[in-house]
Amino acid sequence: MTADLGFGMTLVALVLAVYGGAAAGVGARTGRAALVESAQHAALGVFVLITACFALLTYAFLTFDFSVRYVATNTNLGTPFYYRITGVWGALEGSIILWSWMLALYTMIVVLRHRSTARELYPWALATMLGILAFFLLVMTVAAPPFQRHTPVPADGRGLNPLLEDTGMITHPVALYLGFTGFTVPFAFAMAALATGRVGDAWLALTRRWAIVAWYFLSLGLLIGGWWSYHVLGWGGYWAWDPVENAAFMPWLTGTAFLHSVMIQERRRMLKLWNISLVILTFGLTLFGTFLTRSGVIASVHSFTQGAIGILFLSFLALVLLTALGLVAWRWEVLRSQGDLDSVVSRESAFLLNNVLLVAAAFTVFFGTVFPLLSEAVRGVKVSVGAPFFNQVNVPLFLSLIFLMGVGPLIAWRRASLDNLARNFLWPVVLGVVAAAAAFVLGVRSSLAALAFAAAAFVLATIALDFGRATRARLRAGESLLPAMGGLVRRHNRRYGGFVVHLGILIIALGVTGSQAWSVQTEMTLRPGETAELVGYRVRFDGLTAVEESNHFKVVGAFTVSNGRVLGVLRPAKKFYPQEQSPIAYVDYRLGLKEDIYLVLGDFARDGRQATVKLQVNRLVSWIWIGGAVLTLGALLAILPDRRATA
Amino acid sequence: MTKFIVGGAVIACALAYMIYAGVTQSVVYFVTPGELRAAAVPGKAYRLGGMVVPGSLKWEPRTLDLSFALSDGTATVPVRHKGTPPDLFGESRGAVVEGSWVGDGYFRATLIMAKHSEEYKAPHDTSAAGYKELIKTLRGDGR
Repeated sequence: MTADLGFGMTLVALVLAVYGGAAAGVGARTGRAALVESAQHAALGVFVLITACFALLTYAFLTFDFSVRYVATNTNLGTPFYYRITGVWGALEGSIILWSWMLALYTMIVVLRHRSTARELYPWALATMLGILAFFLLVMTVAAPPFQRHTPVPADGRGLNPLLEDTGMITHPVALYLGFTGFTVPFAFAMAALATGRVGDAWLALTRRWAIVAWYFLSLGLLIGGWWSYHVLGWGGYWAWDPVENAAFMPWLTGTAFLHSVMIQERRRMLKLWNISLVILTFGLTLFGTFLTRSGVIASVHSFTQGAIGILFLSFLALVLLTALGLVAWRWEVLRSQGDLDSVVSRESAFLLNNVLLVAAAFTVFFGTVFPLLSEAVRGVKVSVGAPFFNQVNVPLFLSLIFLMGVGPLIAWRRASLDNLARNFLWPVVLGVVAAAAAFVLGVRSSLAALAFAAAAFVLATIALDFGRATRARLRAGESLLPAMGGLVRRHNRRYGGFVVHLGILIIALGVTGSQAWSVQTEMTLRPGETAELVGYRVRFDGLTAVEESNHFKVVGAFTVSNGRVLGVLRPAKKFYPQEQSPIAYVDYRLGLKEDIYLVLGDFARDGRQATVKLQVNRLVSWIWIGGAVLTLGALLAILPDRRATA
Repeated sequence: MTKFIVGGAVIACALAYMIYAGVTQSVVYFVTPGELRAAAVPGKAYRLGGMVVPGSLKWEPRTLDLSFALSDGTATVPVRHKGTPPDLFGESRGAVVEGSWVGDGYFRATLIMAKHSEEYKAPHDTSAAGYKELIKTLRGDGR
């Protein structure tokens, strides 16, 4: 019953999306407003139907409706209420619904915001968005249907993947998908710009804020993913260059490049072709990422043909890229730049280099991710390139990017004179050198870490210099300090929002540097009363207890942590789920600004007389999450309505 | 404009070199026990996949010494590791380990893959076909 109703609604939504896309396209081409209006109604219908599908599936989860196959495979009678909701998007079929729902939501917002302001571009953008929505609805009907009947109805379900029983699972996919789907809007307007031939600033001005929103959610999704990995997976890290992570990181890199290159087009009318290409690339990478993670191609090149989803995504990706490139070729003449680069030492050049480095990093990640697949397909040899490859190639790129973060916002447009360079960068460079020297004196022997500190100090100094200078100018005009600073930020919210985002990235970079350079770990088997020691911390094993939970059984170890005085008791555990062949580790930790104490229960004797633990002291990791909060603040500031336009 | 073209070319070359060097330095080949036995280069990094031979698993919690043998039906390779076996690890199950061949006749594993996969199962039968199926699965998961 539920399954049939859900499937029926999906089908109707698919038909409506196809109709709406076609109507908007024809309406845009012939200029018939009635057709566009009809497409809007279709978009509203699609949104309502997908919302209903989503609600229906959630209801099926909450009521344990095992007549729906997806519910039966991803929940059981013991699954707690909270995880029955997050379980809705815990696997492929449900995540496609979430994805489509967000896409439909974005489409509705585009309709509401832009239907009267962007008369020429809007119908094409609507057509593009509905077309993409139709593709996801097609996936929902033929390749990964969430509403499939399950007969006979089982008495109990299989249960949710235990690793997904975590609060991060409500926020991580939501943020990540809002990011992924958010890039559809700039892409849709880019297509509209190409279709109408109006490739000037109009589409950029319309989508700039959209791109920031999508970029922000993608950043947030990546950070929450790191946090989930850190506190659930129990290996003590937050990033492993896993293909699933890379899939989200690639569009983040090209999206970041886009956020920067739009400024060049706005200011100097340059890089039109580049901007359009970056948007196409970013959107293409979101599709590619989904293909990569959802088709099984990661496991083996030969496995993706087993399910329809791989073929569907690959075909759609090809269609999107061919259409987009065809349009670009068609509009080649108008895409050519009017402005020209004047000098190598200029803000344009700094931004261009930033873009080249970001795209290079994206290419590196792409190459490292698909190289094993290529090797298998071409030579039949299975190889892997792990974290060492990604770190080795990306660390120099990222260090250069951080350095550019200081240069870009301050260097002069067109051609920077020596005087300009000295005025803006003399003190920051001095500070950078001092920071490197200080790091060396304080005992930092890793040259990469010292370079990272130098670059960070340099950037920090440029931000302080710029902000200080602008504030002083206002003070001279008679304002007092706080109103001067507040007014400055509010009036130039985009610029200072950008600075705050840079600050957030800087803090994250320091956290990454610190944790990579100085984290330490040890592993030991302890009897009750025995202690393990690591860099001044003592961890005493107090004993094991067994606990019965609603859907699993767990063995909990108690460990008293002290460093001279008792800091607390950590309780890492091992959880045993009846539906899983192996136990799941549950880590416990004590977070700190300087370092985290992180404890994983490994092996244990059944009589409780001994336990093996892995003890890690992870340095500066908390700054990664703090940087995320700062980044949020900056992104919010940057998307505030522009005061200058109205003032 | 020439300056920019030269600059772009320099960056492209540097990137190509970094990728080339990165790949040649960090590429790790997947081998089966049979393939490793046939042509092992001591000290070179490999990923070795096979089934944990029943009865071969020894775990000393006090010293953290773990030893076992991996087999693909044609050859067996002894493996040593320092540290707790991961949750999914066990006798008659498939495993992928990363490490290198030590001249003394065993494989020193630095990492035991603990991928959360339903497919780490023993071959249904210990025939050649059963092993072939297992190796195929491991090849996929053990990248």
